[in-house]
Amino acid sequence: MAQIGSFALLLALALSIYSFGIGLFAIVFQKEPRWDRLGETARRAGVAVFGAVFLAALVLVISAFRDDFSIAYIFHHSNRDLPGPYKFATLWSGQEGSLLFWSLLLAGYGFVLRLRYKTDVRLFAYASVVLAAVQIFFLSLVNFAANPFGLLEGPMRPDGSGLNPLLQYPEMVIHPPMLYLGYVGFTVPFAFALGALIMKYPGEKWIQITRRWTMVTWGFLTCGIFLGSHWAYSVLGWGGYWGWDPVENASLMPWLVGTAFLHSVMMQEKRGMLKVWNMWLVFATFWLAILGTFLTRSGIISSVHAFAQSSIGSWFAYFLAISFAVFVFFFARNHAHLRSEHKLESLVSRESSFLFNNLLFLLLTLDVLWGTWFPKISELVQGNKVTVGAPFYNRVAIPVTLFLLLLTAVGPLLAWRQTSIESLKRNFLWPMVGALAIMFLVMFTPTSWGSIFGLRPWHDISYFYSLMTILLSALVGFTVISEFYRGGRVISDKTGQGMFASMVQLTHRNTRRYGGYVVHFGVVLVMIGFSGAALNQDKEMEMGYGDKMNIGSYELVCRSYTQDDGPNQESEWALIDVYQNGQLMRTMTPQRIFYKASMQASTKPDINQGFKEDLYIVYEGQNDKGQPIIKAHVNPMVIWIWIGAWVMILGTGLALVPNAPAPVTVRVPKFVEQAAPAVIGD
Amino acid sequence: MMLNSKFVLRRAFQCALLVPLIVVLLGAGEPDARFKAIGHRLVCICGACGELLLECNHVGCTYSDRMRSELMDGITRGDNDSLIEQAFVQKYGPTVLAAPTTSGFDRTAWVFPFVAFVFGVIGVVMVVRAWKNRPTAVPAGGVPRIANSELDKFREQAREETDL
Repeated sequence: MAQIGSFALLLALALSIYSFGIGLFAIVFQKEPRWDRLGETARRAGVAVFGAVFLAALVLVISAFRDDFSIAYIFHHSNRDLPGPYKFATLWSGQEGSLLFWSLLLAGYGFVLRLRYKTDVRLFAYASVVLAAVQIFFLSLVNFAANPFGLLEGPMRPDGSGLNPLLQYPEMVIHPPMLYLGYVGFTVPFAFALGALIMKYPGEKWIQITRRWTMVTWGFLTCGIFLGSHWAYSVLGWGGYWGWDPVENASLMPWLVGTAFLHSVMMQEKRGMLKVWNMWLVFATFWLAILGTFLTRSGIISSVHAFAQSSIGSWFAYFLAISFAVFVFFFARNHAHLRSEHKLESLVSRESSFLFNNLLFLLLTLDVLWGTWFPKISELVQGNKVTVGAPFYNRVAIPVTLFLLLLTAVGPLLAWRQTSIESLKRNFLWPMVGALAIMFLVMFTPTSWGSIFGLRPWHDISYFYSLMTILLSALVGFTVISEFYRGGRVISDKTGQGMFASMVQLTHRNTRRYGGYVVHFGVVLVMIGFSGAALNQDKEMEMGYGDKMNIGSYELVCRSYTQDDGPNQESEWALIDVYQNGQLMRTMTPQRIFYKASMQASTKPDINQGFKEDLYIVYEGQNDKGQPIIKAHVNPMVIWIWIGAWVMILGTGLALVPNAPAPVTVRVPKFVEQAAPAVIGD
Repeated sequence: MMLNSKFVLRRAFQCALLVPLIVVLLGAGEPDARFKAIGHRLVCICGACGELLLECNHVGCTYSDRMRSELMDGITRGDNDSLIEQAFVQKYGPTVLAAPTTSGFDRTAWVFPFVAFVFGVIGVVMVVRAWKNRPTAVPAGGVPRIANSELDKFREQAREETDL
């Protein structure tokens, strides 16, 4: 089996080299028909790469299911009793397999791209060559530096070392593919952008072609990030969902720049502006996705989530340098082609709001990048490492995020070119009044209402930030609702339909705009979820039979604790009865699991999710008497993060739906008894 | 004197914006939160979890319990925050602090984002002004430029008719 997989990888590399080399010659000598035909073979070779890489991935998965421990990768990341879905997930659970998976996804994107080449044959030919170049890099890695089909030396082992316990969770079967689909997907807009730059592509068609790719990719990355966050919350057992770990930061950076691009690209489409900027944003998104991969795989930055240290870091460093040099070379050569067609007319306009939006997204990216690299910089400058953790990021990123929220509220109310202050005031007044009302409600209601009610900003700076987040989120929410309402009212007045039907029709007429608003609404929900973090509570206690712990409005009573033994794992768990207002609410069972194959332990918290707050119970371990040590957290509003994420995905999907054609209204002229004869020149 | 309703509304709006600021400025921290506050400024240095000290739940962690009790001892002794943090740095090294300090080279970690923000805003404002002042290319036919008021009218009309 290993030989088949290995050969498939080698074949894929050869096909990629052919697709790149011949494709490049076909572009250079495009006037000769002979090269035109060869260019077609390069495209087909690119399509075939997918088949070869798919075969290699299939072989690896089959090897995992067949418990073929002669393959070192399978031995290190699987074991006989590992449940089926996790055996499948072995494909991306380790360094070598995940690089193969990356190659597979890239080949998949290339496959689709090359099949759709008729949209614009020349542009697709350029994009195909760029994509093939990136593919060569990843296939070289899996062929020479991190081969997933390497054989284990010595006698055949009876069982494998098993999958990392933290990865044995259902979301881990979905999270990495989503994240990788996002990372890898940004290669496609980059390939088109570089192709358009090299060929001095006229007009903005390449932007329109890549828009869907970018949105789909952004959607996958969003989904991947939130799934990862949910996994951290549900599995790691520290009660949080985002730890500002370098690996988390690595996924956030391309997402932030990609979001900036999705906004600024509208300026290029509608006004022919920011062409240079967008070119750099596309490149930065792609580059940061690779940089993130470099960070997690080189061992240069320490992280609990990173893959094992290996030599492939230098491969990534060279690739980053080469891709940067290539981009800068073509940009320097052809940047004159990217001149703006229009000028900015007013500071109070949609254009300038996009500029500030981009600035804030880039500042956030820069802050995250700076924080991620600062330990290394500090080590180089002063010889000792420092930790850059959550306190740094929270202090630096939260104010910028609040500004971004403000712009999210104001931006959609601004017209292209110029907006009068009067119109802005008119549209902004009621959303602002509503948002202030909500803020005061949250601030002055009694704390006994629980959750985020009674949020007094004078208690702590984090309360102040939370309150501002709620104010601005409400503002964004109300502006989104007012935009739907105003548009719906116009349609309703014209057609006599009900308001809801009018809003649906409105959305269908411009799915991109209103889908975008739905995404903004999702962001609002996520932000409200984040704002609850300031009011998190936690308590830890050793709990024997009948012991009680009070936290928030809950009373926890330890009913029992016991152990269990399964083929893959042993577990210790406690039975905790949870009472609220004297009534038994439910019984929760936090666990500690010991995985036999890997000889590693992990916690499995039990979470009671609610719209107001989560009760999150962790089995921390046992004391000397064998009694469980229980840690309980009360985390307000967390569920809104996950709901918001779903709304964001829904909005992205909505924005991808083609627009319905607007009904054409023809005004019938009044009957004229004797029409005047037409005269030439009228 | 008759008060202009617009004026009243504007003043009320400004007042509403000021209230939260005043509330924050008048506020003061609570002393009993010191354990939590300092505990969230330190990290567990076991090397396996990388968590903030009070969030470490790493199974079998040999450091976090000890560090937590040292923190509690410091607070019970009446040491101030800075002294407690210094004691931790001396014992466990600078990586025990969850964020860079505000002295020496570490200060650049804090200064850089602020400088980037200031330069970024100045940069965007300059770009906007430069673009605004850029001369508009006059069409060969000499078509007159549409006045802003007229443009507003057309925009309103387009919005009324399509609202898209």
